[in-house]
Amino acid sequence: MNLTLKVWRQKDKNDEGRFIEYSAKNISPDMSFLEMLDIVNIDLVKKGETPIVFDHDCREGICGSCGMMINGRAHGPGRGIATCQLHMRSFADDDEIVIEPWRAKSFPVLKDLMVDRTSFERIMRSGGYTSAKTGGIPDGNSILVPKPVADEAFDAAACIGCGACVAACPNSSAMLFVSAKVSQLALLPQGQAERETRVQRMVAQMDEEKFGSCSNTYACEAECPKGISVVHIARLNREYITAQL
Amino acid sequence: MTIKSNIPKGPLDKKWSNHKFNMKLVNPANRRKYKIIVVGTGLAGASVAATLGELGYNVHSFCYHESPRRAHSIAAQGGINAPKNYSNDGDSVYRLFYDTIKGGDYRAREANVYRLAEVSGSIIDQCVAQGVPFARDYAGYLDNRSFGGAQVARTFYARGQTGQQLLLGAYAALNRQIDAGSVKFYERREMLDLVMVEGKARGIIARNLINGKIESYAADAVVLATGGYANVFFLSTNAKASNATAVWRAHKRGALFANPCFTQIHPTCIPVSGEHQSKLTLMSESLRNDGRVWVPKQKGDSRQANQIPENERDYYLERLYPSFGNLVPRDVASRRAKEMCDNGYGVGSSKMAVYLDFADAIKRLGKDAIFEKYGNLLDMYKQITGEDPYQVPMRIYPAVHYTMGGLWVDYNLMSSISGLFILGEANFSDHGANRLGASALMQGLADGYFIAPYTISNYLASNKFSPVKEEQKEFTDAENSVTSTINKLLSIDGNKTVDEFHREFGKVMWDYVGMGRTKQGLQKALKLLPEIRSKFWKEVKITGNAHDINTELEKAQRVADFMELGELIAIDALHREESCGGHFREEFQTEEGEAKRNDKKFSYVAAWEFSGKPGSPKLNKEKLDFEEVHPSQRSYK
Repeated sequence: MNLTLKVWRQKDKNDEGRFIEYSAKNISPDMSFLEMLDIVNIDLVKKGETPIVFDHDCREGICGSCGMMINGRAHGPGRGIATCQLHMRSFADDDEIVIEPWRAKSFPVLKDLMVDRTSFERIMRSGGYTSAKTGGIPDGNSILVPKPVADEAFDAAACIGCGACVAACPNSSAMLFVSAKVSQLALLPQGQAERETRVQRMVAQMDEEKFGSCSNTYACEAECPKGISVVHIARLNREYITAQL
Repeated sequence: MTIKSNIPKGPLDKKWSNHKFNMKLVNPANRRKYKIIVVGTGLAGASVAATLGELGYNVHSFCYHESPRRAHSIAAQGGINAPKNYSNDGDSVYRLFYDTIKGGDYRAREANVYRLAEVSGSIIDQCVAQGVPFARDYAGYLDNRSFGGAQVARTFYARGQTGQQLLLGAYAALNRQIDAGSVKFYERREMLDLVMVEGKARGIIARNLINGKIESYAADAVVLATGGYANVFFLSTNAKASNATAVWRAHKRGALFANPCFTQIHPTCIPVSGEHQSKLTLMSESLRNDGRVWVPKQKGDSRQANQIPENERDYYLERLYPSFGNLVPRDVASRRAKEMCDNGYGVGSSKMAVYLDFADAIKRLGKDAIFEKYGNLLDMYKQITGEDPYQVPMRIYPAVHYTMGGLWVDYNLMSSISGLFILGEANFSDHGANRLGASALMQGLADGYFIAPYTISNYLASNKFSPVKEEQKEFTDAENSVTSTINKLLSIDGNKTVDEFHREFGKVMWDYVGMGRTKQGLQKALKLLPEIRSKFWKEVKITGNAHDINTELEKAQRVADFMELGELIAIDALHREESCGGHFREEFQTEEGEAKRNDKKFSYVAAWEFSGKPGSPKLNKEKLDFEEVHPSQRSYK
């Protein structure tokens, strides 16, 4: 396959940034999207140019490092995958592909396609845990969690923190991300003690990071590589209101 | 160098409890005065940083990602072992210990392995308390499944994403300490050197990956939990950034490197599809619970799998190993798959694959049950290969996955450098020559939650520390050396990219230092590897500069270190004239093609000392004594 890429290049946080056109030649449909970029980068380095910078690591859809807007969609075409799981067989010969970083005020661009997602970190630090210290813990089977509850908690806990939900949202809202953690711990008996303070602190931090509000477009769920349901947002809202009472 | 394992005296099952009592403690009020650096935030790094923070130490945690949650522990799929005996099938601490020693082909320390088995139950409790959503039954009890090398169901799991859930648990515990101010977290920093003062590890040099600044950090103790070195082969199941730079540079400062040739080839990975391949993807061993491995009985059979009738299929693992069947340990399953393909029975277009078939399990349990257990794995397979494993058997082939070798540590997990502790996959301690499935998560968390916090306290309480400042000579010298290496790399301006060199080097490693090793092949590798390394230092091309984000420069430093470490692996493999676990020397095998150990000559840990230049390491031996388990020919028949 031969493709034309329009890639967002930006030197650093302060640079304005612009699209640059590249051609990707002799691409096999079996390649992953990132392997295609690897090939383009090898060419760039050989020409003496700096390669396109993007975050990536596990390349199997679990570490949450990678993420880019591909033809206007977070993680590109296809459902339930991260960018690294996208394969070139999803494109046709001679396609033009537009590649941009996540676009959100709370995710400033560091370079090219790499963004700063430490706003997510600060939200998680503000309460995304149970205060269980190492040691002095009762036997695992002394806390019973029936399968349907464990399954639902797992569905929420599967979040990989990639930020696609924010990137896909017209308001750059982080509600799906925050709700996944709040919901997981609200469902489980282990999370009950700090249930109210957790949701209040995490929402306050989310607002402080200037993420937008949720207006129920559900673009987040559609683009989430782990298919996390907006039902968790509903639970977050309920938890938040209950905690205020 | 004399090496002392510092294994406590007394009966095996009392060693750890006696040792815990005998170790010195730091008064809670004094802990804040001790500064501890932890490099790496995977299971071992995050759990030890969190626990030391809870204890009240002044902890500084370093990570080359933006977030601790990106560490490669996140990708572990299958599960974590613990001898809870919830399945009521006869499990015990002793049985887990026995299975692990045997699984490691009698090349691990008994005392370490027993302690691992002993504390592993607490890990499950700890993770449950953190809110890790383990699989449960309808009554709410924890569910188990079985894994290779064991005849009991002792593996706890969270669908096919156990590593993710355990890491997120440790990450949450770490976050709580960051929030509380007891841990300071440094993101996007890569450790590039270890700083020693008066013979003790007293700090690190790190590069800020955003602005390129070379930074010094002083401390009273340094912990490396930086993972394994499987990426020395270029193609492995490790994440792209996983590297050995931290441990290798510590090795060059005097830390011994133990058993580097003990590398694990995982039997169930998605086969290579072409030259462009950037990494390999693992399919969890848990699939072998319900999937059956087979090849056609006829050589070079080119029919589709579904057209090959039952009586023309060779379920070779079930045939060769009736009692363990498809659940033989990884080294055995990998070797047999390679043998089948080498002998012409391979399947798929490359003929370098065997089938892993779920048809029988789907017939017996239904598609829904299989989806419930393995859904995410089968989806992942479909995504990568474009084939539906519910309809046609999966094609699998072995790939490098884990490294049992690592920096040498004593019973306290301290390296041969005072004050330098090595945790998790980065150390060599518990898996011998082969690691059993679901034991890596167990070891990482055992080291981090329940072992190192005690032994590090003991170290701090037993030593005097002269004040050390980041401005002093040892730090500035190390900074200068790091900077000059970076400048040298950038100034080469050759014609080949880092990836091209890495791929070339990795291919030699895989061909001659991979699954089947011979004297001749290893000698050839020892000729080729230094040649590639010297070409690298003359012809590599890195664009950009050292003062901002430069991913090529990051890779180049890691690959430069792999090129030295790779040679050490080959030297170790050549010197170990026996087969054991993941180290298979074709000259040393039984008539049935199993690994043939030589306990008389090689029942020791090979701990290599850096001599000043790569390629001429000095061998130190730590003899292995087996008091409880009598080493025998491993049998899984």
